[in-house]
Amino acid sequence: MISAPDVVAFTREEELEDDLYREPPLPEEYSVPLFPFAGQGANPWAKVAGSKFTRDFILISEFSEQVGPQPLLTIPDDAKVSGTFDLNYFSLRIMSVDYQASFVGHPPGSAYPKLNFVEDSKVVLGDSKEGAFAYVHHLTLYDLEARGFVRPFCMAYISADEHKIMQQFQELSTEFSKASECLKTGNRKAFANELEKKLKDLDYTRTVLHNETEQQKKANDKGYYTTQAIEKANELASVEKSIIEHQDLLRQIRSYPYRKLKDSEFHPYEPECALDRADVGSDHDPAASDSTEPGETPLYTHVPSYTPKLIKAKSAKCFDKKLKTLEELCDVYFFTQTLDQLHHIERTFRGDVCYLLTEQISRALLKQQSVTNFLFEDVSFLDEKPPEKQYRGCQGLGQDAIDEKCSEESLAPKVVISLGSYKSSVECVPIKMEQEMEDSEEPKMSESVMSEPQENLDYLDADIKGSISSGESIEVLGTEKSGSGLTKSESQASLPVMPSPQAGRSKVGSRRTVSEDSIEVLSTCPSESLIPEDFKASYPSAINEEPYVDDDEGGLRFTPRANPGVDDGQDDVSKQESLVQVDAACCIGKESPNFLGQKPCEEDGVVRIPPQPYRPAEQGLRGGFPSHDGLSGGLLPYELDSRYLSGSREVSKSSLDECSDSTSYMSSAASTCSDRTPSPAHLGSAAGERHRKRAGQNALRFIRQYPFAHPAIYSLLSGRTLVVLGEDEAMVKKLVTALSIFVPNCSAYAKPVKHWVTSALHLVDFQKWKLIGLQRAVSPAGVNVLHALSRYSRYLSILDADSKTLRCPLYKGTVVTRLADHRTQIKRGSTYYMHVQSVLTQLCSKAFLFTFCHHLHLPISERESEESVVSRRMNFLKLQLGLVNEDIKIVQYLAELLKLHYIQEPGQGGNPLLRFDYVPSFLYKI
Amino acid sequence: MLRWLIGGGREPQGLAEKSSVQTIGEEQTQNPYTELLVLKGHQDIVRFLVQIDDYRFASAGDDGIIFLWNAQTGEKLYELHGHTHKITAIAPFSSSDVTEEKTDLIISASADRTVIVWDCANGRQVQKVSCFHSTVKCLTVLQRLNVWLSGGSDLCVWNQKLDLLCKTSHLTDAGISALVELPKNCIAAAVGKELIIFRLSASNNGSEGWSILEVKRLVDHQDNISSLVSVNDLTFVTGSHIGELIVWDALDWTKQASECNFWDSSVHPDVQPEIKLSQSPHETSVQHLTSDEQCVFAAVGKGIYVYNLQMKRVIACQRTAHDSSVLHIEKLPNRQLISCSEDGSVRIWELREKQQLPAEPVPTGFFNMWGFGRANKQANQAAKKMHENTPVYFLELVGDLIGHSSAVQMFLYFGELGLATCSADHLIILWKDGERESSLRSLTLFKKLAQSGDLQLRL
Repeated sequence: MISAPDVVAFTREEELEDDLYREPPLPEEYSVPLFPFAGQGANPWAKVAGSKFTRDFILISEFSEQVGPQPLLTIPDDAKVSGTFDLNYFSLRIMSVDYQASFVGHPPGSAYPKLNFVEDSKVVLGDSKEGAFAYVHHLTLYDLEARGFVRPFCMAYISADEHKIMQQFQELSTEFSKASECLKTGNRKAFANELEKKLKDLDYTRTVLHNETEQQKKANDKGYYTTQAIEKANELASVEKSIIEHQDLLRQIRSYPYRKLKDSEFHPYEPECALDRADVGSDHDPAASDSTEPGETPLYTHVPSYTPKLIKAKSAKCFDKKLKTLEELCDVYFFTQTLDQLHHIERTFRGDVCYLLTEQISRALLKQQSVTNFLFEDVSFLDEKPPEKQYRGCQGLGQDAIDEKCSEESLAPKVVISLGSYKSSVECVPIKMEQEMEDSEEPKMSESVMSEPQENLDYLDADIKGSISSGESIEVLGTEKSGSGLTKSESQASLPVMPSPQAGRSKVGSRRTVSEDSIEVLSTCPSESLIPEDFKASYPSAINEEPYVDDDEGGLRFTPRANPGVDDGQDDVSKQESLVQVDAACCIGKESPNFLGQKPCEEDGVVRIPPQPYRPAEQGLRGGFPSHDGLSGGLLPYELDSRYLSGSREVSKSSLDECSDSTSYMSSAASTCSDRTPSPAHLGSAAGERHRKRAGQNALRFIRQYPFAHPAIYSLLSGRTLVVLGEDEAMVKKLVTALSIFVPNCSAYAKPVKHWVTSALHLVDFQKWKLIGLQRAVSPAGVNVLHALSRYSRYLSILDADSKTLRCPLYKGTVVTRLADHRTQIKRGSTYYMHVQSVLTQLCSKAFLFTFCHHLHLPISERESEESVVSRRMNFLKLQLGLVNEDIKIVQYLAELLKLHYIQEPGQGGNPLLRFDYVPSFLYKI
Repeated sequence: MLRWLIGGGREPQGLAEKSSVQTIGEEQTQNPYTELLVLKGHQDIVRFLVQIDDYRFASAGDDGIIFLWNAQTGEKLYELHGHTHKITAIAPFSSSDVTEEKTDLIISASADRTVIVWDCANGRQVQKVSCFHSTVKCLTVLQRLNVWLSGGSDLCVWNQKLDLLCKTSHLTDAGISALVELPKNCIAAAVGKELIIFRLSASNNGSEGWSILEVKRLVDHQDNISSLVSVNDLTFVTGSHIGELIVWDALDWTKQASECNFWDSSVHPDVQPEIKLSQSPHETSVQHLTSDEQCVFAAVGKGIYVYNLQMKRVIACQRTAHDSSVLHIEKLPNRQLISCSEDGSVRIWELREKQQLPAEPVPTGFFNMWGFGRANKQANQAAKKMHENTPVYFLELVGDLIGHSSAVQMFLYFGELGLATCSADHLIILWKDGERESSLRSLTLFKKLAQSGDLQLRL
């Protein structure tokens, strides 16, 4: 954790478990009247307190061809959640903004119906009447019985906090895309099954008809045909046509994944666990009916149980026919998978946006600390792929990337040519556009997407409030280009193109006249690469345009993550000077000392700056390395830090104009990665969360109860095994849990904590475990246990839980004092856990610096003596890192772990080694 | 400590309470070993450690398996399987061929009456001899003659290719317990109470013909000879079970000096009753001998004694250096002495010269053994006499290594690389200098960084 958001308002549903520390209730006369809107779960921080639902939820709706828009289900499936919220009305609202360029049926000039594989569209929609804001994700599923074979659906994340939707757009998009991909995969499978059945029916019907015709022919040897016979023949012909049509459809649906896979960026839905893959990864599974080989002849043998039915020539055009449910449409397995995913989304985005942002920022930053994060971080927590925040919400990167693009393109005009093959689907949406949406409007919208919360609030004041009063709603739409099954037309790519950003931009921002009181900002993009909006929008082309497939043709491959980071750091020095915030973004990667900057004023963890969207820097070790110059020139953590924090804010204000340029790029980039990100295994972090909370709570209790908590924690941090000795298993385990948050991990996968041991300890145990709960027994065996403890006492600190004593070395440093202040005002376990993580992260950074500073460990010149290196090392620890007394040992131990971790060859376990000091121990009593 | 753990005065008569063993406490500033590696592999008592070269060593024990280890990294190099019973002797043997290429071999003897030669470079068995009538109990390599000897119930001489060159007649059922090489192609073999000198000679008619002749039998020891060590070209020393130490001339095999009662409890009547209770041959047995040019260091019972060859007397001792028998001692180049014991600990001692302050009573070291009692006056006189003409030495405990949970059988000093100890708890522990290891790791780290290109080394 990078920051300890102590003052962040939590709306997270956290039961107040700490009865111990709960304040006694105030007398009635002193108590502040409750927040007027306080209902269940309401809080004064809720942006729109008047909303009709108590918390965020997910709504799935369908535009039924029979009854129109209708809500299907909500997650959580609890009537209380949606409250009095009008689901039907809202379904209508969200289904009315579907910009999917869905076109299915008989295209002109084509003999057979054509399936279009439509990309999902993502829209943000606000409704002031309901006090609801929603991220809406539209998708279409195939249904043989439906009109045009398609059934439009949408999933919406509905929240009262507009801010949240805006801030989390990218994350929501990513997560919902996974859910959508899952649904669609299941749907393709089910659709193919359905087609096969239908084909069999048709085949059977044909046989029957054929036989009848033959019989008639035989029975009738006259030279002319009866009307009956002609009818039969016609019927037969239509059945045959139908067979061909259906075969074609089947071929199309089957070839879909294959074709998409050629698109290197397409990632089919893959179930989380490998076990399931065999039967679920339907795209590749021969047992599943949609095979990936387009040329493969369909074999029906693997659906043996189906008996074909006779199909009547004229199917009843009935409106009372029952449409398939969502579950039927997409295979039960996939349906439940999707529900799981949606539940996961609901859990993930529960809570205040501040909390989410902080979490995401810290997670993203932690990911960067790839060298040190194994020490204290929950590995599963880090393995979990964090939402991709890289592409938006960062002025520095965005602007820079744009700059980068422009310069690149001006340098290499060839590149632009391939842009011709991009098109936007906006122009094809049959909506009357008015080109009156000016630049002045658009940047504001974009600002809300990408600038920091502070800006947003200003903006909210200025615009949203107004629009709320006028009953307007705001929509931000991100549509993906729809890709069809046509082959790529090469001619498009060779269109001569002249970049004209101005024209392009005005097209992008446009007002729609469908609903007169709503403002919508459309942003569209070809999903494949990061092309500035300006270029794309100005070259409309046919809807059935093949997606951008071949990078090489254009001669340019956009690698969004690498480019900006590398270039702005190394080459474009001049650019850096002009764009201060770029510099700031770089600081994260280039000059890690920033983060070490121990601001004295931050002692109490007061966060004065609201969380800002994560600024990406180049990932990996290179980015994370301290530069030698920076270090030898002395660390300037305070200066850098303040510049980083204040500078970025100012710049974000000053560069609004430039931002406006990048806006559309931003959002387009956003949708770019949405569908393209692989769907990773999403580990539920709920259990870990609970564990952390409990551990934090216990730790808090421990530091309050035991005056000698400091030396105990010091023991753990310096790698000296701490044994918690006691008769009561529950009590010992509780203590071990409490203390476990202070234990540095030795390797990435084993937390060196053993909760309960009943046998005598051995030296090997101290190598393996750094925190051990040990049973004290009165039996002879128990005496042996104690003898072993006594024997190995030099390697151990012993906390006697029964007599409340501690035997361990002296601690006179300051780090642990800050870490475990028994007078701390922190009351919640999870908050304290974060506080601990924040201090520990600071320690980690120090250890990192110490470990990777070359001249601290090796002589600068060959003639330099070992002593001077040692003294330089100690000076660095004391003066530069500001460590006192035993704190040095903590950092040295962490540094040793870092070294071991870094040196260790992957795959090789490495011998666990035990380091120790010959230092005297003292006995502490309460 | 233990009392605190157990709580109150319920403590049984524990070791800590009664033992007169010198303890050092937890603060050991002179102890360099602040890091350890536990090497696991053996399934039974590990009894032998032999150094192969600068960084490799082999371990062997009762499980019949020999392991080759890297002393720097603790990496297990090879596992040598071949013996079916416990290993009774092991010796390194570096043979140089005609091609001048040095190959490191290990010869191991086992209770299954076989001797196997192993190649350390690839961990393969080179050759196996199984024509023994009894267990080979000791192996000695005569590097100079390029032959090796095996001692069991008889003494056999082998060449590098494992051809039996010659052998003695059947000597004893008990077998030879120790062998040592003497000048002029002679070998001293300890057989029971006797010390037999053999001479190895190449016969006249060819290079392949060797013969071994018994030259002399020395019967000065009253009890079985338990240790035999060669000090230099002129001297060798033997020690017996009842605590006799005899210094021999290596050329004419005459007794130069002998000590037999310097650990005798009768000299110290004040402690006698206590010792008598627990007295056993073990208490005074000379377990192990080692030497440098001037002194012989003897592990006798629980104590360590330093015998000066020139002065022909014990110059320093720790009567109870350990809680139980000392099994192995070794002298380090830096005046330090390491001992290991059945009590599972390893202790580091330093031989220090005591500043003579005649007025001061004698507090520690050698003179500790004179307590308060009837012989006090006499002893003081004796001590005074010593003061007059010789410097006084004492053994100071500078550190102890506690890690094994059972008897430490042997250890191997690797200089900078550290110390390897093996024990009855099936483990081998590598003790290392933490500071040095830490800086080595830094070095490795920066090398790796430079390799992966993450760092431009700007020196």
